[in-house]
Amino acid sequence: MLRVTGAVMGGALAFGAFAAKAEDTVKIGILHSLSGTMAISETTLKDVMLMLIDEQNKKGGVLGKKLEPVVVDPASNWPLFAEKAKELIAQDHVAVVFGCWTSVSRKSVLPVFKELNSILFYPVQYEGEESERNVFYTGAAPNQQAIPAVDYLMGPDGGSVKRWVLEGTDYVYPRTTNKILAAYLKAKGVPDDDVMINYTPFGFSDWQTEVSKIKAFGSAGKKTAVVSTINGDANVPFYKELGNQGIKATDIPVVAFSVGEEELAGLDTKPLVGHLAAWNYFESIDTPENKAFIDEWHKFIKNDKRTTNDPMEAHYIGFNMWVKAVEKAGTFDSDAVIDAMIGIAVPNLTGGLSTMMPNHHITKPVYIGEIQGDGQLNSVWQTSGTVVAQEWSPYLEGSRDLISDWRKPLSCGNFNVKTGKCGG
Amino acid sequence: MTFFRLLAFLALLLGAGAARADALDDTLALFLEDKFPQTEKAVAQLAATAPPQAAAILDALADNRLLIDAANKLVLIKTVSGGLVNAKTGEAITGVDASAFKKVRINNALRSAIAAAIGALTLGNPDPEKRLEAARAVFKSHDPKALPGLEAQLAKETDPRVALALREARAAIIALSADASADDKIAAIAILRDRGDQDAQNLLDVIVQTNEAGPVRAAAESALASIHSRLALWNVAQNLVYGVSAASVLLLAAIGLAITFGVMGVINMAHGEMVMLGAYTTFVVQSALPPADLLWSLAVALPLAFLVSAIVGVAIERLIIRFLYTRPLETLLATWGVSLVLQQGVRSLFGAHNQPVTAPAFMSGDLELGGLAITTNHLWIIALSILVFVGLQLVLRVTPFGLQMRAVTQNRRMAAAMGISTGRIDMFAFALGSGVAGIAGVAISQIDNVSPNLGQGYIIDSFMVVVLGGVGNLWGTLLGALTLGVANKLLEPVIGAVLGKIALLVFIILFIQKRPRGLFALKGRAVEA
Repeated sequence: MLRVTGAVMGGALAFGAFAAKAEDTVKIGILHSLSGTMAISETTLKDVMLMLIDEQNKKGGVLGKKLEPVVVDPASNWPLFAEKAKELIAQDHVAVVFGCWTSVSRKSVLPVFKELNSILFYPVQYEGEESERNVFYTGAAPNQQAIPAVDYLMGPDGGSVKRWVLEGTDYVYPRTTNKILAAYLKAKGVPDDDVMINYTPFGFSDWQTEVSKIKAFGSAGKKTAVVSTINGDANVPFYKELGNQGIKATDIPVVAFSVGEEELAGLDTKPLVGHLAAWNYFESIDTPENKAFIDEWHKFIKNDKRTTNDPMEAHYIGFNMWVKAVEKAGTFDSDAVIDAMIGIAVPNLTGGLSTMMPNHHITKPVYIGEIQGDGQLNSVWQTSGTVVAQEWSPYLEGSRDLISDWRKPLSCGNFNVKTGKCGG
Repeated sequence: MTFFRLLAFLALLLGAGAARADALDDTLALFLEDKFPQTEKAVAQLAATAPPQAAAILDALADNRLLIDAANKLVLIKTVSGGLVNAKTGEAITGVDASAFKKVRINNALRSAIAAAIGALTLGNPDPEKRLEAARAVFKSHDPKALPGLEAQLAKETDPRVALALREARAAIIALSADASADDKIAAIAILRDRGDQDAQNLLDVIVQTNEAGPVRAAAESALASIHSRLALWNVAQNLVYGVSAASVLLLAAIGLAITFGVMGVINMAHGEMVMLGAYTTFVVQSALPPADLLWSLAVALPLAFLVSAIVGVAIERLIIRFLYTRPLETLLATWGVSLVLQQGVRSLFGAHNQPVTAPAFMSGDLELGGLAITTNHLWIIALSILVFVGLQLVLRVTPFGLQMRAVTQNRRMAAAMGISTGRIDMFAFALGSGVAGIAGVAISQIDNVSPNLGQGYIIDSFMVVVLGGVGNLWGTLLGALTLGVANKLLEPVIGAVLGKIALLVFIILFIQKRPRGLFALKGRAVEA
């Protein structure tokens, strides 16, 4: 009796799974925090994904199938990211996931994507030191953001900065980026005394002592700058305190890597005019592609005041690359799409072309921008073309000899050129 | 003969005038190119030739109001009121909107150059405040080209503050110049030492670095040493003030908890959400009032926040906690659940985004006392916390309700036997504690992000204060808040924010091993164990 019931149930399940596969929609997972300390940055990425999926469906979907977004809220809770990723892949059977912002959230979901062999598009600038087969990194590696920003500040245009404060939130991205920057500054001849490194927890709000420490460090007779890897809504009281203590950009400029148009939208930016941000895209960049994107965005979100920013462009590029790869592979199967992705090139929004390299990173131009009174970022310096990502930093001991190449026959994310072995 | 000389003189004047006009045209042409090196050259030219239009042009450039009319090759200024004028002639331009023209871009290096140029140009302005600003700008830029202008102004300056600023600016230039004599430099260093702030320290550091060993460098080093020791003292005082302001926030957040925990022994995990509700009340009040009435928004928000949080507190007490009396673990769990419900409720009503709460104008900026700088909003919070503390002490000591609350805190069974309705006292105590948390929320909305998780950042700190201070006495809460606030702010510059918090937690754990009931425990046989 039990055996018969089991067989019938098994048959029903198999039929159900078969029916699901034969459906006309393909699910796309969106894994961004809609609440908690990172909601300030991530909510708009969920919205832009919905817009991109909507636009693609208007063009007829992909391979004749319509796309269906599946939105989950991991609530800035890093272990919850892994749970939600599992839910998206194993339960909802999504073909691909666009998500994550903080590196700790990405590290939390890596084992899930590896085990269940799905695809993650990660749109945010990060610390490098990683290249996974199941992840495509559409955000900047340190040599596409942090290093050019430091070069700019060291040069005459940036003020010939001689003293450095590395101010970060306490987790893997700022810690690793600051390790790389400290090694880079040392290589450039900056004495250890001229570098001060500080960390504060997520959501830190009482910046009085930290900012006065920065002020004191900057009063030693040498031009000082702050390199900020502060993430999330701790940025709001940080910039407010800078304004309160009268630290102007002409005295001690602050260059931020995780502050863009979206984070500035909730601030009074008049006391912050002149402070800097380093990205690969600004809303203020004047190209026809960008104008069309911004118009489309304002129409979709029904709000002319909503800004666009670099991670949104990264999702735009990543989504278009995924569509092209799926069309090239002729299937939504993860392995085929991953192999088809390398070499795919799509236009970016700043008038250039973005290519997916064998290390699963894309080529990006670098822009340094100054905060304006209206919350926009105006470009004051840019690279002449696009830069290839160096995901394994040449400035760190453990990664100096590593390269990543996911093409056959190497198919390795951390190949050691000295020992000739895969696995660092 | 004189007639011809007159003619020649007139011709020269006219020529000079025309030449000056030509120079201005050349300068304005540089702006038209909208490239950073050209704009920098133009700024330098304006500072050097100082035509009458220079101040207006530089002001507009610094404010992003200098515009390019590429079609007519004109440079325009957008006035503060939004109109358009020709930068060279000053005549108004009608019929076109300012947004049709491109702005001349500037970067940080340009901003410094513009500030220095404006400073040098406005040294002789009839308004003493503008002259003071100009003197300060020249001190910052210490541009040797401004020296003759400084000397000229010093000779006729009547305002003592401006005269001091001019002397300091001149000292900055002389101390750093290569040609000044050693005696002049040492005199200048003395003026800088008297100024004694971080800017002066900065300059003296440069002097030490750029001078060979000798009397000048020795003078700079000794001046630096005296400034360092003075600044170090001011730094300690500054950190103490930061500690007191952090303590005032802790006190406001924790004092309500001390009351509910003291009277009822209830661990209220939803206390942070009471604070959050107070902050959201402020946001709602500010959205409801017209922007001109921002001044009164906080005065209206304070009693409203008290009411809102008190009502929610009473609801929690009547509906949940009353039934879980004598079961502390279940109360903890139940109030934790309530906190989640409140957070999600606010999230659904207002959205997960941070909500903007603006500080009224009189609460922005800072107050300078000697070497101390205290932000005004923190001052107001310190004042508010003292008011709340005094108010609560009055309620406890003077009112019959306070007397009954104290009785129930000391010995609940005996108080009930004396005829006090402990159920009603519980309800009012919870209302009072939650209401005070609402007031804390109004204060915190000024310094922190207003989001549904606002409470999570303060619940742990509130418990730490209550555990440290004990529940016998509100003075315990005050002392606990002061200890934790000041210790945190003194530790932060030394070992960092994260380690500082850890150190304090370890300290509290060790402290309650020795004194489990906190600093101010209730004493006497009548007290329940």
